[in-house]
Amino acid sequence: MVEVKGVHYAVGRREIFAGLDVVARRGRITAIMGPSGTGKTTLLRLITGQTAPTSGEARVWGERVSSLTQRDLYALRRRMGMLFQNGALLTDLDVFENVAFPVREHTNLSEPLIRELVLTKLHAVGLRGAARLMPAELSGGMARRVALARAVVMDPELLIYDEPFVGLDPISMGVIVRLIRQMNRVLGITSIVVSHDVHELAAIADESYLLSQGRCVASGSPEELHRSESEVVRQFLDGVADGPVPFHYPAPDYRDQLLGVGRRAQGGRAQ
Amino acid sequence: MSIAAPRDGLLTGALRRVGAVGVFFGAVLVQCVPALARPRLIVHQIYNAGARSLIIIMLCGLFVGMVLGLQGFDLLQRFGSEDALGVAAALGLLKELGPVVTALLFAGRAGTALTSEIGLMRATDQLTAMQMMAVDPLQRIVAPRFIGGVIAMPLLVAIFNLVGLFGAQLVGVQLMGVDAGAYWSQMQGAVQLNDVQEGFIKSVVFGTACSLVAVYEGYHTEPTAAGVGLATTRTVVTSSVLTLLLDYILTAAFL
Repeated sequence: MVEVKGVHYAVGRREIFAGLDVVARRGRITAIMGPSGTGKTTLLRLITGQTAPTSGEARVWGERVSSLTQRDLYALRRRMGMLFQNGALLTDLDVFENVAFPVREHTNLSEPLIRELVLTKLHAVGLRGAARLMPAELSGGMARRVALARAVVMDPELLIYDEPFVGLDPISMGVIVRLIRQMNRVLGITSIVVSHDVHELAAIADESYLLSQGRCVASGSPEELHRSESEVVRQFLDGVADGPVPFHYPAPDYRDQLLGVGRRAQGGRAQ
Repeated sequence: MSIAAPRDGLLTGALRRVGAVGVFFGAVLVQCVPALARPRLIVHQIYNAGARSLIIIMLCGLFVGMVLGLQGFDLLQRFGSEDALGVAAALGLLKELGPVVTALLFAGRAGTALTSEIGLMRATDQLTAMQMMAVDPLQRIVAPRFIGGVIAMPLLVAIFNLVGLFGAQLVGVQLMGVDAGAYWSQMQGAVQLNDVQEGFIKSVVFGTACSLVAVYEGYHTEPTAAGVGLATTRTVVTSSVLTLLLDYILTAAFL
């Protein structure tokens, strides 16, 4: 259903992906994990056609995304839903209108039907009572839940979640985890979830990919990853600073920089 | 980096920017056609850009008219022609001051609001979210705001002129003692339809320019707090310079 093959992608001289391969199968939940800065969100941007790979290809339902015209890309996106990391709610519309937005834009449904549809989705995320609040009046977690209701209001075939668990309290997180699982099991929605939350992902993912330094370094079911002896996998799952994935951004020697040795050469402040 | 490089970069950058604005203008014009089918969005933007600028426009119009009345009276009385104050005020407002000052105020009030609103939408992923919902932000966000600005400007200019004429009359007739009959009748006799048309055409051109600059800067904002601030500043500066440049070109064309 979603196939990323041999993708290379660079921003300026910095290479983000160096031959990345990822497959998300129909009706399954695919988790994309990896340390910060490994390009997880960039991968979602490639899949959704927001950006194009330097080489390689991303295919969704067999369509090469980067080759589509805007009309075809929009037709493809109508079958997708995406939950943004910050919710990305439209700030001039209230909660109800935010969820109703794609319905109003793409259908001619009657007002009572739109109302029913929107309230159903808001009820599912526990925010039916917040329908008339403005986005500025919502907490981060509530905004994420409204964004989730908006993402599913058109009953998409593919749902893409960018860090859906960040900033959620345990109750909201439990509800969101259950919702993702239910939508997948009951409605057969294919899901791609980008997240750091290893334990939540383990509870819902059918298949996981661990990205590091531009490549997929491990893949398989959550159990397989947990059994893995790979150093990279162990470092990520166990949350260890020392390992093949550097915790520190490349920098001059700590001692030398503090003591001012070679200050000018290393770009330190001499004044 | 060689010394010549920044100069080349400046020229190339300026040309690239002009080209980018031209391409963007074309894209917005294309999206204006479907946007016109949703008049509620446009009316809302006319309200935002127009009605919300009314107080500042009327206030400034009044003061500009009063100053025009004072200066005009002082100048005309030296030649014993103070009865022509109505004509001087009307032509000055209709042909020049009305469109130009309104455009400058529009850039500062409505233009900055447009840029910061669209820029914040860019910075908070709202535009990307729309694209992900298969909704073109150019059609849903940019085009209605652009059309709203273009329609609002001539209306604001008309109100500015009206209040300005009242201000000039207030000073000239009520304070300085110019004959009211002469003030209005000379104005009626001397002002031609061409003069009104010139002001109207200028207001439409300035409205197009200022609205285009505002939505362009907002749409291409760097998605940071500083980026939104810079884009807003650029809107005021570019709109103001462009208004005065276009004013010269149009005035030369009409003479």
